Amino acid sequence: MNTGSDFFNIDSLLTEDELMVRDTMRSFVDREVLPVIEEANRENRFPMDLPKKMAELGVFGPTLPGEYGGGDANYVIYGLMMQELERGDSGIRSFASVQTSLVMYPIFRYGTEEQKRRWLPALASAESIGCFGLTEPDHGSDPGGMVTRAVRDGDSFVLNGAKMWITNGTIADVAVVWAKLDGEVRGFLVEKGTPGFTAPEMKGKHSLRASVTSELVFQDCRIPAENILPGAKGLKAPLSCLTQARYGISWGAIGAATACYETALDYAKTRTQFDRPIASFQLVQQKLTFMETEITKARLLSLHLGRLQDQQKATFYHVSMAKRNNVDIALQIARMARDVLGANGILDEYPVMRHMNNLESVRTYEGTHDIHTLIIGQAITGIAAYT
Amino acid sequence: MNIFVCVSHVPDTTTKVQVGEDGKSIDPSGVTWILNPYDEYAVEAALQLKEAREGEVTVVCFGPDAVKETIRKGLAMGADKGLHIKSDQPRDSFGTAKALAETLKDREADVIFCGRQSIDYDGWQMAGLLGEMLDLPSVTVASKLEIKEDGSIEAEREIEGGMETVVSKLPAVISAQKGLNDPRYPKLQGIMQAKRKPIEDVEPSPYKNRVEVLEMSKPPVKSAGKIVGEGPDAVKELVKLLHEEAKVI
Repeated sequence: MNTGSDFFNIDSLLTEDELMVRDTMRSFVDREVLPVIEEANRENRFPMDLPKKMAELGVFGPTLPGEYGGGDANYVIYGLMMQELERGDSGIRSFASVQTSLVMYPIFRYGTEEQKRRWLPALASAESIGCFGLTEPDHGSDPGGMVTRAVRDGDSFVLNGAKMWITNGTIADVAVVWAKLDGEVRGFLVEKGTPGFTAPEMKGKHSLRASVTSELVFQDCRIPAENILPGAKGLKAPLSCLTQARYGISWGAIGAATACYETALDYAKTRTQFDRPIASFQLVQQKLTFMETEITKARLLSLHLGRLQDQQKATFYHVSMAKRNNVDIALQIARMARDVLGANGILDEYPVMRHMNNLESVRTYEGTHDIHTLIIGQAITGIAAYT
Repeated sequence: MNIFVCVSHVPDTTTKVQVGEDGKSIDPSGVTWILNPYDEYAVEAALQLKEAREGEVTVVCFGPDAVKETIRKGLAMGADKGLHIKSDQPRDSFGTAKALAETLKDREADVIFCGRQSIDYDGWQMAGLLGEMLDLPSVTVASKLEIKEDGSIEAEREIEGGMETVVSKLPAVISAQKGLNDPRYPKLQGIMQAKRKPIEDVEPSPYKNRVEVLEMSKPPVKSAGKIVGEGPDAVKELVKLLHEEAKVI
């Protein structure tokens, strides 16, 4: 098993079961993800046999109650799972983030008992795959401007509009779709195969190639009235889901950064130039020191955020700070690791450029880096700079 | 069925082990500890047997308090109970087997599994010693195993240059070889439940080691190779050096 770096003895802040989950996920990623991921990435294909295996471990809905197929675990455990998955690939972690935070969470929090019984155990076991439709072609950072509409018609709602950049869209059995009903943002469950609903895959990505990204198109798509999430009213409902997912992303970025750092460290110690390992040169040591330091800080930030979350003291602006910082340093570390590897850094013999390309997406999805800057700015000053 | 699995708490295979200050034990600082990999096959075999028949799986480990972590790994995989033979004094293989045997002798075990060896001290003795001490048949290094309803056992063992098929009968001690099965990952739900599963503590009777460790040392560092030349012209020089310097031909 890869025991990883723990320069600052942060493991001593984790409980025995948190460590056991982390180590289990780590060996799962070593054995099940790393051997297949480069090929999947090259072929622009999500490894479809992974979700069932991940479900066996309890990756989907870990913090939800056992009666709905959850794991009754804390948020630190959820975070550690995302960290280890993204050490494999951001696309694999994205799948888990969507399933857990953007599909299971809203159904659990805003759904009816019947919706929970029907969907949560199926999603936990990966019998069903979910996706989350909020972003639109013309509305990303301002989701409140969405144009997708729902209209009540007897025992049905009729949806019209389009969503874009939807992870898992094409392979999803159920979509949590946000649309305006009488001017108010509401959540709806739309099943695969519903007439008027299509989910074509988006092609040509240079990033997250081992992940399915789709459009969701609704043309007079008629769904039963009971498919509305009754508890979700207003934009704060989908935003609450995003806060959950961003929490996991802050941990995931640590995993991608760690993979790049460990690759660079290993390479620097074995690659010789001028008859010395390149790790002996000051400019390389400077890079490695930056990487180790920033990963250590990111781990502490996310761990503290997790503890706050478990005490219900975490806010969306805490989550913004962790997501913004950790993804930013992860991308810097990936680029730096590419530098350390020189020409070898561009080959898929090493994971570095795959992570780097993935992190370019992670930086601007789930709230762009800049929007998180403004969320924190608003929390500090009390003045919103984006409206 | 009353199933026991004897497990060891060993340094992770990727840990760079250092010799401690006393020169005869390993330095535990910075060591990550894991469930002995061969014992994972033993735990999996026990769980599969339990799932096929009614029964209960107990994970047994000898050692200091730290080994509870490894017992809980077995519980997280799905075992029902733990049994911790507490001792801060390291023992030789015979002493460990003695502690296990005296603990298990009155517990009416139908089957006792262990790994073929612990990857720390590589004794390979446990299944044989336990079998003798408990007066049970032992089947060692099993890479294929069938335990039938009537309690008869058929196992395949890897031997030098081939396979051997043996039969025996429960109760028995069986040691697991790689390939016996594909050990499961502990599930999140299993890890969360492991905390609530009982671990019984027992004290072993006193024992004086029969084998004493005098010294531990790391293997000598390999010196860099020597390139004597290139192409056919170098062969003569190479042969000369192999004869005169390395003295291997």
